[in-house]
Order: sequence, then C-alpha cells, then structure tokens
Amino acid sequence: MKPAPLTYTRASSLDHAVAILASAPADARVIAGGQSLGPLLNLRLASPTQLIDISHIEELRRSSVEGLELTLGPCVTHAQIEDGEVPDVTRGLMRHVAHGIAYRAVRNRGTIGGSLAHADPAADWVATLWTLGASLKLRGRGGERTLKVDDFVKGPLSTGIEPGEIVSSIRVPRLSPAARWGHAKFARKPGDFAESMAIVVIDRDRQFCKAILARRADPPILLRQTVKGLATRTSDGAMTEAIDTDLDALKISPEDVGLHRAIIRRALRGATQ
Amino acid sequence: MSGLGIGASLPRLEDDRFLTGCAQYCADIFLPGMLHAAFVRSPHAHARILRVTKPASFEPCVFCAPDLQGVGRIRSTATLPGFKPSDWPVLAGQKVRHVGEPIAMALGSCAAEAEDIAGQVEVEFEELRPVVSMWDALAGGAPLVHDDWGDNVLVELKLEGGDLAAAKAAAAHVVERSFRMNRQHPLTLEGRACVANFDGRLDELVVYVSHQLPVPVQIGLAQVLGISQRRLRVVAPDVGASFGLKSYVESETVCVAWAAAHLRKPVRWIQDRYESLVCDANCRDYHCKVTAYADADGRVLGMECDVIVDSGAYSPWPWPAGIEGGLAIGNMQGCYDIRAFRGRAVNVVSNKPAGQPFRGVARPLSCCGHEVLMDAVADAVGIDPLEVRLRNLVKPAQMPYASITKKMLDSGDYPAALRRAAALVDLPAIRNRQRQVEPDGRLIGLGFACFYEQTAYGTGPFGYSAWGIELVPGMEPAVARLTGDGELILEVGSHSHGQGHETVFAQVAHEILGIDPHKVSVRFGDTSSSPAGTGTYTSRSMVTTGGAVAEACRALKAPIAKIGAHLLQCKDTEVQVREGRVVGPRGTIELSAIGRAWYHHPEELPDGMDPTGLTATAGHKAHDPGVFSYSAHAAVVAVDPETGGVDILDYAIVADCGKRVNPLLVEGQIVGGFSNGLGNALYEESTYDSLGQPTATTLADYAAPTAPAMPDLKLEFIETPSPFAIFGIKGIGENGAIGPPAAIANAVNDALRPLRAAIFETPITARRVRAAILAARSGPRS
Repeated sequence: MKPAPLTYTRASSLDHAVAILASAPADARVIAGGQSLGPLLNLRLASPTQLIDISHIEELRRSSVEGLELTLGPCVTHAQIEDGEVPDVTRGLMRHVAHGIAYRAVRNRGTIGGSLAHADPAADWVATLWTLGASLKLRGRGGERTLKVDDFVKGPLSTGIEPGEIVSSIRVPRLSPAARWGHAKFARKPGDFAESMAIVVIDRDRQFCKAILARRADPPILLRQTVKGLATRTSDGAMTEAIDTDLDALKISPEDVGLHRAIIRRALRGATQ
Repeated sequence: MSGLGIGASLPRLEDDRFLTGCAQYCADIFLPGMLHAAFVRSPHAHARILRVTKPASFEPCVFCAPDLQGVGRIRSTATLPGFKPSDWPVLAGQKVRHVGEPIAMALGSCAAEAEDIAGQVEVEFEELRPVVSMWDALAGGAPLVHDDWGDNVLVELKLEGGDLAAAKAAAAHVVERSFRMNRQHPLTLEGRACVANFDGRLDELVVYVSHQLPVPVQIGLAQVLGISQRRLRVVAPDVGASFGLKSYVESETVCVAWAAAHLRKPVRWIQDRYESLVCDANCRDYHCKVTAYADADGRVLGMECDVIVDSGAYSPWPWPAGIEGGLAIGNMQGCYDIRAFRGRAVNVVSNKPAGQPFRGVARPLSCCGHEVLMDAVADAVGIDPLEVRLRNLVKPAQMPYASITKKMLDSGDYPAALRRAAALVDLPAIRNRQRQVEPDGRLIGLGFACFYEQTAYGTGPFGYSAWGIELVPGMEPAVARLTGDGELILEVGSHSHGQGHETVFAQVAHEILGIDPHKVSVRFGDTSSSPAGTGTYTSRSMVTTGGAVAEACRALKAPIAKIGAHLLQCKDTEVQVREGRVVGPRGTIELSAIGRAWYHHPEELPDGMDPTGLTATAGHKAHDPGVFSYSAHAAVVAVDPETGGVDILDYAIVADCGKRVNPLLVEGQIVGGFSNGLGNALYEESTYDSLGQPTATTLADYAAPTAPAMPDLKLEFIETPSPFAIFGIKGIGENGAIGPPAAIANAVNDALRPLRAAIFETPITARRVRAAILAARSGPRS
C-alpha cells in the first residue's frame, strides 16, 4: 500500500517544528525514525494530511548528564543507546533493553522519543522508562511542561500529548551505585514484540522500588503487591502470592498467568540475586 | 571431475546481479505511459454482491466483472471420480467467497492514485454465513461455498493395499494419533506482480509476471483471456522466490493483461505485503488421524489414515485442490515397510483464499503422520524411537522397493541415514542429559523424522496423468547453441527463482563439453524464446532439465567434432571434445575456431555437414514414478515449561540426493527448506476469526522465522546414485521443508513426557505448549 496524499515538511529546529505544528491541520503527525508510523501510513491506518519530519534536528539528537539526571533528545536512536554512545545512568539497564529491541535495522532508525510518542503497549521504552521513574518534556506554542512517563501513557497508542506539542526531551534519574535491576522478556520469536516483559528496579538508597509488567495488547501495569513485597523484603512464598494477586487483577487466561508469573519471577531474580 | 563440473561446489554465477542490485524484477520494469492497477477487494468472507458503484469522476478508470468482455472463468479440472471443479471468477460479480477476493480494478497514473480511486468504489453486500474451518464445511446444514455443489466436498479420495483385516487381527498394539497442521502463507520475499503491454508491431500481448511456470501460465492465461497462444508472450523475469505460490493463473494478472490489451496501454500491478497476506493462495491447513497395527516387537503390520484438507474457496489452475489430499495419503506410509494400508482424504472448500501447493506439498503432514505414529508405537512397545524406526524402515537389500501405496523407493540406505543423524546429535548423551535436572528448569527432548521425497515424477499412471488434471508434465526440452566466438547459450523451459539453475546447468555443460561454466549463458523464462518445458516444481529441474541439457550438449558434440576433425585434418573418430576444445592426434583446436568456421567461413566446413549446425535441441522424459531422495532429521529441543518457549539446541540432517551436482547449492536448498519447515513447526499461521476475517495481515502478526531463529544445521550426505536419472541425480528442493514439523513435534513431546503433556498441532506456539501443560495438569491424558 501507499500512504494517502500528504504534505511533507522537514523541520530545521525544535522552534521551527513547533511553529509548523501550530499552523498545521489538526491531524498532522510528527515523524522521526518512522519505524512505527511508516507502516501505519502505508497501511492507511494513519492518514495525516501533513507530516513534520524532526529527524534532521541536531538539538534533538543530543544527550547530556546534569547532576542526577540524564537528558536524552527524543531523536536519539535505540542503536546509539545500545552502542553506549549516550551516557549510562541506569547501571546498564537501558543498554540491555536497547539491544533487545526488534532488529538492528530497526534500532538504527527508531528513536526513543518516537517509541514513547507512539506508545505501543509492548514497546520496550514505555515500560523501561516508567520503571526508571523517567519523565519527559513536551514543548508547545505555550511553552514547555513536564510529565512523568506513567502519567504520559494513557492507553494503547494513546498518550498525554496535547495538540501542538512535541516530545522535546526525556529525563532519566541516575540510579545509585548499589541499585539493582532485573529484566525478562518473552517474545514469539527473536526480534518480535514482547508477549510478556517484566522490569524491576530496586534502588534502596533513593528509596525507589518499581516493578512493571508489559504485554502485547494492553498498556503496562504497575505490580503494586509485588513492589510492596520487595519493599518489605518478604519471603519467597509470600512473594509468589503477591505476584499472583497482581496478576489476578488482570482477569486473563491461566496460560497467560503462568507466562507472566514466570517472567516477573525471572526479572525479580535478576534484581535480587 | 575437473573442479567445475558435476560435483563441484561452484559459487553461483548469477549472484553478481542479485548482490549488486542489478537483478530485474517486475517492479523494475517501467514502460512509457504505464498505468498502475489497484483492486477493490471483498471485506467479507462470504457475501452476495448487490451493487457496485463506480466513482462518477473516475468511471472510465474502474472495471468490474461485466466490463471484462471476452474473459472467461478460471476452471481447474481433474478426472478424479466425484471431483467438483470451481468456477473462479476473475472479478467477483455475484458472490464473494473470501476476504480479499477482487471485485473491481482501478487504474491510475501511479499506485497511490489507483488506490485512491479504488477507495472510492462503493460495493453493497448481503452478508452470508461463512464456512470458516474444515469442521464448519463438513457440518450438517453448513452454508454452501459454491451454491450448485450440494455440499462443500471438493473431492474424496481413497487408497488401499494389502490385507488390513489380517494386520488388525495379528496386532499386539493398536495406537492412534491425530495431528493438525494449521493454515500458512507461502511468504515469498517478492510478492506477486505483473506488467502487461500490447505490442502492436507483433500483434502480441506481452505479460511480465513474477511466476515459476511461464509456459503453463501462457496456456492458462490464453484460455481465460480467449486469445491465441501465439499472440501471448509471457516473460517471468527475476523472481524473488515462489515456493509454489506463483504457480497458478491469478485473477489480478488476467485483469492487468486484459486492461493492457483493451486500452492498448502498459498496465502494472505490484502487490504489497498486506495484499499478499490477505489475498494470496494459502497452504497447508490439514488434519489427519492415523492408526498403526503393530506386533509385539513394534513391527507395523498395517496402517490407516483419514485426512481432511481445507482447500479454501477455489481450485487454482493448473493444480486443482484435490492433489493435496491425494498426496497426503499417498505418502502417509512413508519409508516404512508396511504391507497393509487404508487411506481416505476429504478435500473441503471454505471461505478462505484458495489452497495452493507449497514447498513439500502435503508431505510435511504425511511425515508428521507416520513419524508421530512411530513414536507412539515405540511408546506402546517400550523401546526407543530410534529402535522402532530401524525395525520398520525399508532396508537397502529391498531396493528398489515397491510400496503398497504405489511408490518405488529407488536406492539408498535409509537405516544408515537415521543412525548417522542419531550419532550427529549424540543420542546417548541426550538420553543421559534427560535424566538430569537442567539448571534453568527447561526440559530436553529429542525427535526423529525419516522420510523419502518423491521427485521429478513423470507423465504416467504413477505420476501426473493419474489425476487427469489440466496440464500433465511430459518431456522437458533444452537447446544448446554454440556462438561464433565459441561460447555457449543454453535455453531451458524451467524457471530459476533462487535454485541457481544458471550455475548448475552450466556445470552440466562443462561436464559434457569441458567448456568453462563462466562462458555459458542459461536463458529461461520467456515463452518467445524458451523451449516449451513445463517449469520448476516437484524438485524436478535438476533431474529433468539437467538431463535435457546433458542430452543437448551431447548432441552438440557431433557437429563440433566433425568440424574440428576437418580443421585438424584427421578422421571424426580420432578427435575428442573435451576441456572446451577439440583434441586430435596431432593437435587441438579451440571452440572459438569451430564457431568461427560455422558462422563466418562455411567454405571451410567439411562436405556433408548437417545444415542444422551448431544448435542442438534435446529433451528428457522423466522416469514415471520419479526418483526418490530421502533423509533422516534429528532435532534436540529445550522446552521452557513456564513460558512454553521452544529452543532448537541441535539439528542434524543426513540426506541422500544421489549425485550432488553442486554440493554448495544442495546445502543452500536444505538450509532454505529448513527455514520453511521451522516456520511450519514453530511460528507461521494464517489465523481467521469466527467470521472468516484474517487476523494475521501484516508481518507484525504473522510470525515467520528470521535469521536469529535459525540454528546451525549439522548436514551430512550419503551419495547413492539413482538408477533412473542421468548422473544418478535425485531432486532435493523440498527435503529441508518436509522433516522439521515432525522432528520438532516429536522432540517437543519427548521433552514434555515427564509432565505427561503432548501437542499434536503446528505451529507449536508457546501458548499451545502452555495450554498442553495445563491440560495435562488438570487431568491425566487417556
């Protein structure tokens, strides 16, 4: 299939992109790596009348560490993170996750900001950045505002981006030297979207502890009972009960419960052993 | 062997153009003023068409069924008793029978514009209850896919031999298994495509089409279009794989060809992946129930099977859908010495795209049938799956072996192949490992699959004429032409779309004439210049076309020798054609001098020279029951009982395809075939919802194996030349695709044995494995 007719505009700076977006039709879409939006355009599942390409904006590809925070430009690619071209404040978690995203060809073009803005439920960055307690900045005509990633993702392919806004940066807090993380992912085949992915971060020095489960069709969920169990350093048996309580709430088939339970336990093992 | 001929691992001569982007596929063909086609397709699985409304502003650009004046229906017949041919409309006018069936064609100045116009065509439907599964098709009161059929049965076939009653009476063990192989897509890298143009000078319609059978499609297209074959030229340029998919007369090609002739303008259609996954002919979709009657030692005395094939809505031309069921039961006995058999196959129609032969054609199912059954017999008797197979396999001393199901296993040592495959994966070490607990909790399993591949079969009652289909293969021709500068052009009727024909046929020419393969051009795929061979299928080209090339080169030796002897001033009998030259008692002469004499200086030729000159045409008639290659596969898997994930830890294949013309290409065929087989076993499934809507419509949903999923195969060969083919060659094109579902299913079930769980369905997805484990936990299996 070919995309429906559209106007293509290449933005030269963030201000330029925001200005174009402000005067663009309501259905205009911002495109960066195009790894998700490209197929949607070709399948005509998305038919914007205008595309604003931000992938050539130098300032959106930069990354820096200031104090206890890493700031990532939204056009930083998965490959740049995988290759260690951006500073690591997550004790290797982001590099590990980046390496497992789809295939290298996708990682070469796909961007972290694009992945967040597209908000596929099974996308690696949505769950990872949520677990890390990351936030992002949205720039619009009226200025800039900050949102936590957990408040940003509203549902499958649905986010808190308001008309006229562009993801302008992503802020990832630095993990303490003693922080631990665990990550487990199960896909139908190598390179596929996760059927189940669990990420656990335990940073006791910052009194931070989070566990997230991501699936194929529904947005990631916070595993509240599991986190409570982690915080109180509960026993193995009680931990399994906590996981099952979290999973019970999902109302899913026994086959799926078994899979998610195993993946959560593996992520927990990674973070605690 | 000189290092370039038969047996040489010559790198492919055609690869330069593929690796440097110089190949020419249909989508690379641009003609001035070319229009682009897009199709309006059915959104319903089963519906009556009430009205089609063309957009007022684009009315001349849209064509519906009544517009295609003179175009007939695609009707694929067979003389099998009770066979019902389907009338396949090129554009649906009254009724649609699957989602994606074309209803109208829109033409635009580019593909996007054609799609825009197609999107404005309005179609009103009256929805009908669809027949989605094979069980729906056979249910009482089922809706009818074809209103005038009376039921949804396309054909029912039976095959019997030996004394089954005696086998039943003598049996100490009776075991039964059912196996479901779900529907798949052939998934070629290049989708279907065609470009058509009317050549006014030659009064000829030229159709470029991505296709594996250019000559048969010329015949079929001419029939449907209602034009003479001499006024239709079909060109299959470079083709990005086919696997059986591009071997039928496609409605889109008929429409595009008709439009080019009607409008006198070039028209093209390049399919996209969504169209491919939704609308292409599909494959597999089988169910079988198999029963073995075995004695106390596990010798199988008799076998029964019942097969159901869901053939989709229509029978493709020239391969009607009934072939699949026939092949499934015809090969269900496998390579085992079983002397009583009863098989029944029912082919049903449903509201899904047509079923089409795909690499392996029904034999992956047959292989699952006999191999799952062998493991069941081993289980019942209490012996290792290796041992039960060794007790039942046809032995070398029995060759050639005529089976009760009318196959003629021609040569080789099947037990040796199995023993070697077992050794390659280190069977004792695996059995030992299975007694330990894996540190990661995974379960280890080992599975075998032994089978033959009937290849290159011929015309007679053991081959194609038994079906009475539209196009029965016969002789396969080849033309060899020495050029004025002493190089060679081979013209053949079989198309190469990944097989490497341009290399292997040049190697055959080298074997006969000694000419450097780099000085040989192999031409094919154009009905205006290629000899009328029937094409590439049933792993036949190396045997049949390779045989024809050998004969043509041999025939070419005579005039070359005669001219050479004359120029060397000796007798014809004193010279030899070898190493690319004519060698006489007192000197040698290059082929370029022979070419120069014929083309430039006929005054130098000997008296009595045959005026046909330096062109030889020859053919090859295939041995009727074909030649039988075979192999043993051994799979070692690790099953994660928590996730249901299956990892291939080791995989060995020991194959015998007789003399290997090019071992490198044989390896490529097996590895490539294995990737099809792996997809069949673990990943690929064309899924439909209860309304017949396809639910795997992009490659995000349709899981196909990619490079990281491929294990490194352990490949070994036994070379037993076939007594029935030139150079002793046996076909090998489908071997890699046939074994993996059976070997992997047996391995997974071996791994699941401690959990008393089993799975008899492909693809063996993680979800199915988890479901099988849960089912075993909630109640013991009977």
